[in-house]
Amino acid sequence: MCLSIPSKVVQIDKEQNVAVVDTMGVTRKAGLDLVEEGSIEVGDYVLIHIGFVMNKIDEEDAMESLKVYNEILEKLDEQEREKLVLEDDDCGNRTT
Amino acid sequence: MSTLQLKDLYDGFRDPGVIRGLAKLINEEAKLLGRPINIMEVCGGHTHSIMKYGLPQLMPGNIKFIHGPGCPVCIMPKERIDHAYVLSQQDDVILVTLGDMIKVPGSKGSLQDARAKGADVRFVYSPLDAVKIALENPEKKVVFFAIGFETTAPMTVALIDTVLKRGIKNIFFHINHVTVPEVMVELIDSRDEHVDSYNNRIDAFLGPSHVSVITGAKIYEKFPKEYNRPVVVSGFEPVDVMEAILMLIRQFNEERCELEIQYKRLVSHEGNLKAQQLIEKYFEKADLFKWRGLGNIPQSGYRLKSIYEELDAEKLYADILPKEEIEDHKLCICGDILRGMANPPECTIFGTACKPSSPLGSCMVSSEGACAAYYKYGNLIS
Repeated sequence: MCLSIPSKVVQIDKEQNVAVVDTMGVTRKAGLDLVEEGSIEVGDYVLIHIGFVMNKIDEEDAMESLKVYNEILEKLDEQEREKLVLEDDDCGNRTT
Repeated sequence: MSTLQLKDLYDGFRDPGVIRGLAKLINEEAKLLGRPINIMEVCGGHTHSIMKYGLPQLMPGNIKFIHGPGCPVCIMPKERIDHAYVLSQQDDVILVTLGDMIKVPGSKGSLQDARAKGADVRFVYSPLDAVKIALENPEKKVVFFAIGFETTAPMTVALIDTVLKRGIKNIFFHINHVTVPEVMVELIDSRDEHVDSYNNRIDAFLGPSHVSVITGAKIYEKFPKEYNRPVVVSGFEPVDVMEAILMLIRQFNEERCELEIQYKRLVSHEGNLKAQQLIEKYFEKADLFKWRGLGNIPQSGYRLKSIYEELDAEKLYADILPKEEIEDHKLCICGDILRGMANPPECTIFGTACKPSSPLGSCMVSSEGACAAYYKYGNLIS
């Protein structure tokens, strides 16, 4: 029941108080009753749960996390490469 | 200007390279731990992610996951399901509920069984769909069987708000909303019969994702302070869970015991204030709520405030709702699993008498239950 995928707001219907969102290419509607009026705009990324927008995804925090993950990846790749080179240099352990 | 793309959100938090990178860091830093650490993920969504992405296999030997009671369907006692069953038997009632709830057997059968026998039971994607059903069936009473943690409680109150504002007279509520901090306290305070001492298996908590979006991280403040258990609020994606585990290990290594938020892109300390205000307007804490497998836990559930009793199906149908206590299946160890004292494969009927197609216990019925996650992803059944 809890797993949700981020959605992008593509349209807002103020009269009905609903947002039209794109979730991995699927368009659906979600109620705006649980968020402050005017706090969600077209282009925002939101979390939807059982038909309601629960919250806006903080773009800055999401980008910051992704940046840190990329740094981890790059750093570890470097270490892995270094390990491979050192192993290759260690010819004494080779049998052939 | 928007820099974030949906693709970043779909792919970025599931990147296998990042998961491997975080696994390396976890393995390196866990070598410094003085003792093994058991981490309880309270939320069934986390259990599902952990099993789906094979995270236990990436952990060093001294880090173990234990699975908590965070699945609204798993913790629903048979007594409450029987209420729903009895309500569905009324000629003028349309019973409306969410998710896997219709599959869970009570003592009289499941709501699915009731439907097969002709009862009008409907599953909805969103509570607001009940409005359409009520307007299309003015001669019927629509009873919304409301389930879930702090995550779904605001959606139920949004429906109540809509019903009152629009003057809809034929929607009633059977409230079964429960709250997370009280059950966490219960798990820490409860006695472990196997070792005859208080439950000391839980060293740290992964804080639930969606509950925390609504409540804010503030509801976990007492766990590091009063119970000496660090909490890191984590997102659902595998990278989120791995980073949260790394944050917990670093707390132990640095001799800190704190509340931290990994899932900052959605969770704040204060949470969704509008949702919290709506809940406060319509709900109050019930003295007791009985949790399946765990028993009565004080102040762990919501009920409608008495000023809204004309909407309360439990009061309206008090005369016909069964009141007797019901025991769970003798061989099922869901209670121990929900307390984090046993893992699904330790149950003698796991995967044999009890499987998703013929569940005996609630942890197998719900797709978010620990047993169902082990059965689906654990590769433990030949």
